[in-house]
Amino acid sequence: MKATVTVMLKNGVLDPQGKAIAHALGTLGFDNVNDVRAGKVIELDLNETDAGKAKAQAEDMARKLLANGVIESFRVVVE
Amino acid sequence: MKAGIVVFPGINRERDMAIALELSTGVKPRMVWHKETDLSGLDLVVIPGGFSFGDYLRCGAMAARSPVMAAIHDHAARGGYILGVCNGFQILTEAGLLPGALLRNAGLRFLSMDANLRVERADTVFTRQYQKGQVFRSVMAHGDGNFFADTATLDRLDGEGLVAFRYADDNLNGSARAIAGVFSPNLRILGMMPHPEDMVDPLMGCTDGKPLFDALAAA
Amino acid sequence: MERDVNQALAREFGLNAEEYQRVLTIMGRTPSFTEFGVFSVMWSEHCSYKSSRVWLKQLPTKAPWVIHGPGENAGVVAIGDGLAAIFKMESHNHPSFIEPYQGAATGVGGILRDVFTMGARPIANLNALRFGNPNNPRTRRIVDGVVRGIGGYGNCVGVPTVGGEINFHPAYDGNPLVNAMTVGIAPVDRIFLSAAAGLGNPVVYVGSKTGRDGIHGATMASAEFDANSEEKRPTVQVGDPFTEKLLIEACLELMATDAIVAIQDMGAAGLTSSSVEMAGKGGVGIELNLDNVPAREIGMTAYEFMLSESQERMLMVLRPDREDVARAIFDKWDLDFAIIGHITDTGRITVRHQGEIKADIPLAPLNDQAPLYTRPTLETSKKEALNPARIEDRVGLTGALRTLIACPDLCSRAWVWDQYDSTVGGQTVKRPGAADAAVVKLEGLKRALALTTDCTPRYCLADPEAGGMQAVAEAWRNLTAVGARPLAITDNMNFGNPEKPEIMGQFAAAIRGMAAACEALDFPVVSGNVSLYNETEGRGILPTPAIGGLGVLEDAAQAVGISLAPWLDIVVVGATKGWLGQSLWLREIGGREDGAPPPVDLTVERANGDFVRSRILSGEIRACHDVADGGILVAIAEMAMESGTGARLSAHPRDIPGHAFWFGEDQGRYIVAVPDHASFIRAAEAAGIPTMKLGTSGGGDLTLPDGGTISVESLRADHQRFFKAWMDGDAAENRS
Repeated sequence: MKATVTVMLKNGVLDPQGKAIAHALGTLGFDNVNDVRAGKVIELDLNETDAGKAKAQAEDMARKLLANGVIESFRVVVE
Repeated sequence: MKAGIVVFPGINRERDMAIALELSTGVKPRMVWHKETDLSGLDLVVIPGGFSFGDYLRCGAMAARSPVMAAIHDHAARGGYILGVCNGFQILTEAGLLPGALLRNAGLRFLSMDANLRVERADTVFTRQYQKGQVFRSVMAHGDGNFFADTATLDRLDGEGLVAFRYADDNLNGSARAIAGVFSPNLRILGMMPHPEDMVDPLMGCTDGKPLFDALAAA
Repeated sequence: MERDVNQALAREFGLNAEEYQRVLTIMGRTPSFTEFGVFSVMWSEHCSYKSSRVWLKQLPTKAPWVIHGPGENAGVVAIGDGLAAIFKMESHNHPSFIEPYQGAATGVGGILRDVFTMGARPIANLNALRFGNPNNPRTRRIVDGVVRGIGGYGNCVGVPTVGGEINFHPAYDGNPLVNAMTVGIAPVDRIFLSAAAGLGNPVVYVGSKTGRDGIHGATMASAEFDANSEEKRPTVQVGDPFTEKLLIEACLELMATDAIVAIQDMGAAGLTSSSVEMAGKGGVGIELNLDNVPAREIGMTAYEFMLSESQERMLMVLRPDREDVARAIFDKWDLDFAIIGHITDTGRITVRHQGEIKADIPLAPLNDQAPLYTRPTLETSKKEALNPARIEDRVGLTGALRTLIACPDLCSRAWVWDQYDSTVGGQTVKRPGAADAAVVKLEGLKRALALTTDCTPRYCLADPEAGGMQAVAEAWRNLTAVGARPLAITDNMNFGNPEKPEIMGQFAAAIRGMAAACEALDFPVVSGNVSLYNETEGRGILPTPAIGGLGVLEDAAQAVGISLAPWLDIVVVGATKGWLGQSLWLREIGGREDGAPPPVDLTVERANGDFVRSRILSGEIRACHDVADGGILVAIAEMAMESGTGARLSAHPRDIPGHAFWFGEDQGRYIVAVPDHASFIRAAEAAGIPTMKLGTSGGGDLTLPDGGTISVESLRADHQRFFKAWMDGDAAENRS
């Protein structure tokens, strides 16, 4: 199964990259952008057929390595 | 003081650190490969700077989960001394041995330049050859040195006197409360972003970093 | 997907009809698609040097201290204490235009491999960069990407970036130049070469896996750009500095054993050029089985394996009984290690893939019968020397100084250097900007190397011969100005389309000038690289023979920088006539690029430099700065800005207009700061060296002879404005 882990900086953590992107979009004329947050997407190809188990595994991986709980939150989607 | 330097793949300031330690202690430090699991006999474990595992995923994330880290946790639990500089600091926060995290520099650019640091307390094994409030020169060279912790943690660090150094002039990387280095609660673990090890030889322009190593050598 | 080999494919692959016929003659049949791919990259301008070889032969390459000159992966010179310096500069121009970050990053990676493949630990990187007009919005994006790429790669591998240069000129709008130089150190008796030997010896592949990236990069580097060049993006390689760092450590660990017979990095044209060159140099044959090559993608063809320019890969020939030793080291560093072939005595390269022979080419004619052209040349017509008395000064010294030190070509480069780790290794004695050359100490020794890159392209355009000579002389001068004994150079010849006689004429003349300077200054060429076809839509770059110079100091403590201390006398060494032709004053203040460039008198150059060096080593000279772009006054201002100490300048030359004296670019000159000008000038007179006292240092202001006064602080503010405003200002956010 494929699991997609999306890792984002937590609300309240300064995201200078998101800020820079927002500014750049503004200079390109996209003036209806309220906010931009930049994160990362990690795609896992899991040797697992049970969606529930796959999700639990991916969440465990996210907690132990893929995300840093001090600054980041994550979301797992399995398909 | 028997010192060991932990080398993860991608670490690149281990030689600088070895030179500084040998200069102060008179002995070559032991180089510890990240797959080793036995740190017995070491008084001081140093994690130097560099780009462990390429800084991929997050700076220090993968090194913090390397085989040697269990032994480093044991060493910490025994009350052993640990110094983490730059990537070493990032690894210590990722491993949970120090609080907070190091984010990308506020300006999104790598910063390589001298940085003046103010000593926040001079009664620790690392800082006792400085004076409290003294400003000394160090070199910074990092892309992710922006110290972050939530307000409660920052208040606790301030309240318990666990801030080791602050940037004395410009806080270019955007660190919370201009924090450049922090101690563990027992004051035996120090993590800092700038490099005192590159300021120990007058030929490189300054020896302001040497008192830190001299103090450790005398411990 | 294999295609039919014919005349049309030959054209597409950059071979002309005559070259295609030659391939058919050598093979005695129509080559296979894979074979033809091998020919096309080996015979590309980039790999074969077919337009430049006849000229490069004129360069002096020998001196008692030269261990290996051109022909190896990098040049090797003895530097004392049983050590050798191994160094080279190489261009990554075309990739850096198409994808600035990765182009520059992989340029750094490639030149590092050229150096550590010879057994050296890299200790310093430099880079010579030329960009287009800053007002062209694309220039900013390229500068940003190139600087990030150089930093991203060099910082991660842990090799300090200690120096280099940056110029801007509209001629580089469509063809920026990224020339990267690496310097490494090895014991003189532990130098590794690439000539394969030993029938049956295993051929080993180490490093990253092979993907489809960069196929035909070498042919791309041998063609002009057109409006569709952006579509060439997929062939740009992606760098992985982390793997490179592991590769450095693993190779150096293996090199401490006796396992390696020969070793070569896989650079341009990847597996093809490395295997062909190794076997060709050794006079042996080589058989490869591509089934064993570690692959990153599935379904790759023999052609793709042979032409891939995936980064961070090396090819080695090992002693057969040492395979296990080598494998264990690469396992430790988590790097791929695969035996992909063996050495034969057939004199051929034979390539097998999936049970078939995909290529079988005789090596001798592939190498020896590579095309070689003596292309027609047309000399650049000489320009008139300008008479300074006829060039009016409407601005005055103060205004001109402020304009010059703030202009893109002379302003502070700190914004760039501050993104490069210049201190890793703990041996950087003089960081970027602190001295005319970077000074890097050798770990555990007093000895240090001095390093610089130099070229003044506007001089080269006006007079390629004088410009080539000046580039070499300036490199020699910059090494001298820190107290180093100059030893040798690497050259990176960046020019336009060699099929145009005026371009080939520039090339030939530049070589002539360089050769004369190398000869007169005992400063041979030990390695180099040629980058031609730097043209877009028929418009060529300024001729840019970038010189990377290396010198040695017995004692790092003797090195001097440009920083001006208070209460010293300021003296100019060398004669000043007020040469304004092609000067920055003429361009920035006078608004024209005109006249003949300043000539270099090589005898005077050597005498002045030898005198200055002797006075640095005796401790008399406390600060030294060569007089280059912007002339005397800019040089003194730079010295003042470095320390924060001002100066009072009082000289009033006769016979020369003030602006020509203070901003003229006469060659072979140095500004020195000494405690006592009288004794210094006496010694100079005794040695027949012209000198003149200009003033005294002290205070926080620069006081000019016409009475104008500028605080050093405000000079610094002007000096530092350009890059920050250009790159980090409000207009600069269009990047992430």
